[in-house]
Amino acid sequence: MRRFAELLETLVLTPSRNGKIRLMVDYFRSVNDPERGLALAAITRELDIPSVKPALLRQLVSVRVDEELFRLSYDYVGDLAETIALIWPVKGGEREGRNDVPTLSEVVAELLAASRREGPALVKGWLDRLDPSGRYALIKLVTGGFRIGVSSRLAKQALAEFGEVPIEEIEELWHGLEPPYESLFAWLEGDAEKPESAALAPFRPVMLSHPVEDADFTRLDPADFAGEWKWDGIRVQATVDQGVKRLYSRTGDDISGAFPDLVDALTFEGTVDGELLIARPLADASGIEIGTFSDLQQRLNRKRLTAKMLKDHPAFMRVYDVLFDGREDVRALSFRERRQRLEKRVKQFDPRRFDLSPLVEFPSWESLAAHRAEPPLPMIEGVMIKRWDAPYLAGRPRGEWFKWKRDPFLIDAVLLYAQRGHGKRSGFYSDYTFGVWREEGSARELVPVGKAYFGFTDEELKKIDRYVRNNTIERFGPVRSVRADAEKGLVLEVAFEGVNRSTRHKSGVAMRFPRISRLRWDKPPSEADTLEAVEALITGPAVDA
Amino acid sequence: MASRFEDLLHPRPEGLYCPPGDFYIDPVRPVERALITHGHADHARPGHSHVMATGQTLDIMAIRYGADHARTTQPAEYGEIIDIGDVSVRFHPAGHVLGSAQIAVEWQGMRIVASGDYKPRPDPTCAAFEPVDCDVFITEATFALPVFRHPEAASEIARLLASLRRNPDRAHMIGAYSLGKAQRVIRLLRDAGYSEPIYIHGALEKLCTYYQSEGIDLGELKPATVANGEKGQFAGAVVLGPPSAFGEAWVRRFPDPLISFASGWMSIRQRARQRGVELPLIISDHADWDELIETIERISPQEVWVTHGREEALVRWCAMNDILARPLHMVGYEDEAD
Repeated sequence: MRRFAELLETLVLTPSRNGKIRLMVDYFRSVNDPERGLALAAITRELDIPSVKPALLRQLVSVRVDEELFRLSYDYVGDLAETIALIWPVKGGEREGRNDVPTLSEVVAELLAASRREGPALVKGWLDRLDPSGRYALIKLVTGGFRIGVSSRLAKQALAEFGEVPIEEIEELWHGLEPPYESLFAWLEGDAEKPESAALAPFRPVMLSHPVEDADFTRLDPADFAGEWKWDGIRVQATVDQGVKRLYSRTGDDISGAFPDLVDALTFEGTVDGELLIARPLADASGIEIGTFSDLQQRLNRKRLTAKMLKDHPAFMRVYDVLFDGREDVRALSFRERRQRLEKRVKQFDPRRFDLSPLVEFPSWESLAAHRAEPPLPMIEGVMIKRWDAPYLAGRPRGEWFKWKRDPFLIDAVLLYAQRGHGKRSGFYSDYTFGVWREEGSARELVPVGKAYFGFTDEELKKIDRYVRNNTIERFGPVRSVRADAEKGLVLEVAFEGVNRSTRHKSGVAMRFPRISRLRWDKPPSEADTLEAVEALITGPAVDA
Repeated sequence: MASRFEDLLHPRPEGLYCPPGDFYIDPVRPVERALITHGHADHARPGHSHVMATGQTLDIMAIRYGADHARTTQPAEYGEIIDIGDVSVRFHPAGHVLGSAQIAVEWQGMRIVASGDYKPRPDPTCAAFEPVDCDVFITEATFALPVFRHPEAASEIARLLASLRRNPDRAHMIGAYSLGKAQRVIRLLRDAGYSEPIYIHGALEKLCTYYQSEGIDLGELKPATVANGEKGQFAGAVVLGPPSAFGEAWVRRFPDPLISFASGWMSIRQRARQRGVELPLIISDHADWDELIETIERISPQEVWVTHGREEALVRWCAMNDILARPLHMVGYEDEAD
């Protein structure tokens, strides 16, 4: 538990992705089975142990600590798990040098064997034996509140580096494996053969595209390629294997639990690739209406799904490829052949939950460019270009699939706040909050509409940093407020993929994927865009043809 | 809740005032006569007419503000009884930083101890805290919440050394207050067997030199200035600077800087995260919760007066333990400084 607690603590505080991977690789190298496998399961949230309610933990503490002192401490610290971890009074003082610290395996095994009533007593015993960081890890583990800034994708990347194998191989295996993953570690360490994927309905690594480049258009013959709309939803893989149904994200996370409505509607045998969207039936039952990306966001990262949510935001899949047709692996077939099979298959699917992503016909690249410029629906974010004779290949093979995204939206905004960066950007003001003008009558004020921390070169970063330092009007910890009014201010051209309504932001809008596209040193801040102009870009509900 | 003790000492906007002696302790505004507990800027300010403090505190004030920071100065030895009018005062070690003192004030049979900032645990860079028997104990409350239990400083230094081994390519940039904390961290590193040169920001130089002249061996110190093309020599180096320097261009001259901070606040992860600290070192020059209450229990004064910090929690604890306690609501002392 001590090493696990240390891993969590360093992961939380390490800002860089590579740093996190290095920490995990070190951990896998230096810790034995089954401890490391259980840690992996905890990080990837695959560890299924009976949880202990935070209220029960509070009860445990209230026996030992005065309520008022606890309240003052909790007020100050802000996080319940951390407050309990720090405040837990240990009889007999120092923990240092104790050698009866429970292992992660011991904690997991005893929790699994315990009844729900016995859980709190076990936790109490462990809290007594651990130091504050061990207690923090334990509380996070038993309350299931694991937010440590590591995605399961990143953990798999660390496994791939640990074993020097492509990540796709890990992703493909993943769903056939169970904690503590001893066969996986044995293979990655070269002590055993690759484990057989025995589970039904495993994830199949997806095929990804490259952004198309100008040179590609002169090099490639349009006749060799199919065109498709690029949907602004979430890439998913739906699979049914002898009755076992699964919905996976593109990185192989099992997201079936979040979309039971769609999973129930999986009635075929096989594996299809497509885009997850929200679609509501039309009032006259003549078809469906595709929802916006913010409709889709309503369904993501939900702890609890209400009946109302399922009814108002029904999940829908627009399919565009097939990997398994029945029990037959068709990945080696060409896109042309797979598409023919898919067209036949989709006819058997529930039309309220599935449809086929249509092809976009184009005789020339110019004609495709015209389609891209005028998509029929706001939920389209560009076009896909797929080679007719390409097999379905895992990863991002060159020259097979291309994405040609629509041009981003652009606005001119004014820099309002700058925050210091981390890691290689320590000491630089590199995270920028920018705003636009809100006009009410003749009064104008700058309101923040977003935050961006990339899109500029190192050279530009230095210049912005200098500007921030020379024009600071206030400082709050790592944040500086920068002078921004009609006369003086730095105008940033911000590129983004879309705007949603937001109740969380003061301005009422939230941008998707904002980044700095240009520095407009030349532009006076009074000429920056208005909130009205940004609001005009909000895409409303669209009607599907 | 006025008590007769208030005739001897009570808070005023300028600081703690002693009417029978006509002096202030750690005044935040310029006054005629000031008694200073230690050299941190929020306790020791320039511009008083007459200053009494330990010789080391006076030296530190002269280093920081120039020799003319006061019209006259008078050094006080630890343990020496000095009469000011009808009042007699005595300075006792506070264990906070070099030269730090608690000031005991005695008059008409009562004794009040203004402890300033203090820390009971051993510190190789200053004289050890001495509990002083008294009627009223005036205590700070910087870390007066039961969530603050500072670990052994040596174990924190061991974590720093482990990080150096794990990240031999990264400069370890440690934020540490320039008086006391920086020298203590360096001394602790030496005690742990670290013998490489340690690089220090210019703001630390004079005080480090002073500590060394007072017989505290800090080993080889070098200026943390990166000449062109010499960035590489800082890979895996230990670099100390004042926390304020971490927002400056200075940090980025070092190779892949790993930001660390030595402070009692670092026990709270969220704090570390907000400041972008990758390696929090929980090293404090203040008493933690257990030490505050142990000190009060040990001295067992008739009354406890609480100055700056988390007064509420300490007053609550005193009430639960039948000790008369009240907050003084002093302003001007930096809560965050540690």
